[in-house]
Amino acid sequence: MTNQTQLPLLEVQELRKWFQMSKGLLQRQAVFVKAVDDVSIHVQAGETLGIVGESGSGKTTLGRCISRLYQPTSGQITMRVNGEVLDVSALSGKELSAFRKRAQMIFQDPYSSLNPRMTVLETVGEPLLVNHLAKGKELEERVTEIVVQVGLRVEHLRRYPHSFSGGQRQRIGIARAMVVNPQLVVADEPVSALDVSIQAQILNLLQDLQERYDLTYLFISHAMNVVRYVSDRIAVMYAGKLVELGPTQELLSNPKHPYSEALLASVPKPSQRKRGMRLVSPGEPPDLTNLPTGCVFVPRCKYAVDQCTEQFPELRKIGTNAYVSCHLAESLALQGI
Amino acid sequence: MAASENSVLVEVQDLKTYFFLHEGTVKAVDGVSFSIYEGRSLGVIGESGCGKSVTAQSMMRIVPSPPGREVDGKIEMYLWENGGGFAEVVDVLQLKPSGAKIRSIRGKQIGMIFQEPMTALSPLHTVGNQIAEAVLIHEQDASKHQARERAIDMLGRVGIPQPHRLVDAYPHQLSGGMRQRALIAMALICGPSLLIADEPTTALDVTIEAQILELIKELQTSLGMALMYISHDLAVVGEMSDEIMVMYLGHVMEHASTDDIFDNPLHPYTLALWRSVPSIEGKLERLIPISGSLPSPFASQPGCRFFSRCDRRMPGVCDATPPSLKEVAPGHKVRCLLYE
Repeated sequence: MTNQTQLPLLEVQELRKWFQMSKGLLQRQAVFVKAVDDVSIHVQAGETLGIVGESGSGKTTLGRCISRLYQPTSGQITMRVNGEVLDVSALSGKELSAFRKRAQMIFQDPYSSLNPRMTVLETVGEPLLVNHLAKGKELEERVTEIVVQVGLRVEHLRRYPHSFSGGQRQRIGIARAMVVNPQLVVADEPVSALDVSIQAQILNLLQDLQERYDLTYLFISHAMNVVRYVSDRIAVMYAGKLVELGPTQELLSNPKHPYSEALLASVPKPSQRKRGMRLVSPGEPPDLTNLPTGCVFVPRCKYAVDQCTEQFPELRKIGTNAYVSCHLAESLALQGI
Repeated sequence: MAASENSVLVEVQDLKTYFFLHEGTVKAVDGVSFSIYEGRSLGVIGESGCGKSVTAQSMMRIVPSPPGREVDGKIEMYLWENGGGFAEVVDVLQLKPSGAKIRSIRGKQIGMIFQEPMTALSPLHTVGNQIAEAVLIHEQDASKHQARERAIDMLGRVGIPQPHRLVDAYPHQLSGGMRQRALIAMALICGPSLLIADEPTTALDVTIEAQILELIKELQTSLGMALMYISHDLAVVGEMSDEIMVMYLGHVMEHASTDDIFDNPLHPYTLALWRSVPSIEGKLERLIPISGSLPSPFASQPGCRFFSRCDRRMPGVCDATPPSLKEVAPGHKVRCLLYE
């Protein structure tokens, strides 16, 4: 669990990632898709921070900025490595390669994320090779060790991805991420492409690895039940903004942002079948190139007042360790699960 | 269960749909029987490859052929006149898949909606024209103008804003949720007595999914349709259905009322599914995954298909004798030797 007195492993400050697109008759007009806009979070060592949101909410972009697959447009990302503070957002060249040993990613689709022409040994061993961590016999030993730990067998090493099922492929992806012994793992929807009976195997594997290696996870998912299972804290994103952040159970039972409430109400619950109609949030997420001036959730929010359309609600602390971006957070009594 | 009070719409008996491939024969659906009653909803749960979609495709006679073919069984549909009088019983498996009869059933008696609305809609035609086309095909006396007015009316009913304007929109101009609404409008425009929904919300976001589920439920009640709801998501199926059928590798493993499936599941596979999905409510416990993975679809097993992954298997018994689907309590059927 999180220890608030400890210094965070990862700190993200006012992070922005805007993508430029062209518009207009001659494609000369530049517009920006504000995929991630002014997001600040911190992650403690050893914790799992769940990031939830719908498509286009910026959760994947945030994960890719943190693992530096994307160069952020502005803002700062710092990571504490051996007592020193590393400015992740400014890394380039050799330092960036060194950072890849600290932070790794696990991807959603185990079919498209593996090279079909590389054997398991090559796929999992590649990060060791490019980072000059091991080669030859040493490399094979290290790969064998990790491959066995993720639940594959030694005889799988010479096989190609096509001979594996979806769950086994995801294990290969996890082994590739784990082989360099990272501190931080960004898992982007790691179980959404898998069958229900396989999801549990992978979720338990991720938890076992976390315990064993004291890993810190950023767990990105749209599935609330999965995020609840793995996360210590949950960050809720909407239209590129962080709208709420809090400890898992507190956020689920007492959401403080109207979007969190709508999201939780939308989750199908087995116990709901005996009740009547559920609360449905009307409308759809806004166009990211043309966001409203005030709160981004205003068009769909049933509690909105004039202040909400005029003034953007900054993320602020509420209670002991929760954060919310809503003017009305104190006065609303929102329904959780 | 009030099933007996409602009259039967579709009766599927011992349906077998096989795919004949170079590598061997895949018994995608292997002896499935069930009934759908007027105004009621049947949920079908299963993982990929369990045969849930192929069952629905067989009912519509849209199984890709070759390589697929319905090799055995009966699918009897009870057809009704427009005025409400009973017309005839048709075994759709005896019909030509492209014949006039099945085409008069598809879209008129049975509507179907699919997972990915973008591939189900033609990108070259406006949504209005695609919806109106169904009216023009099934109702000879409808004029183009009437069909268009009906399409606008239906688009409004499925919750598309400004239907007068969006009737002329192309699918790419609509969001995923709006496309799924347009697809629902197309499926329902001729007032079918059964709607088959094959994972209609899997490609949608959570809040949009909730909107579409509410819409389907509301339309089912107001139009008095029966619903066959296919999904891998246990919670969604639980919310949408009166009764649930659990499928695994072409077999029905358990079939009971929704309450029984959730509160009193009997088959080891159903139980294992429940334990392997993280819950959104209640206490958090460590998940117990189902061991192993799905066996090869080409493999033929003499006994129970779940044998290799079952935690209550009886070696020498379960892998030798195939269990049959038995009614162990009123309305509760299980395919497992533990209950024989």
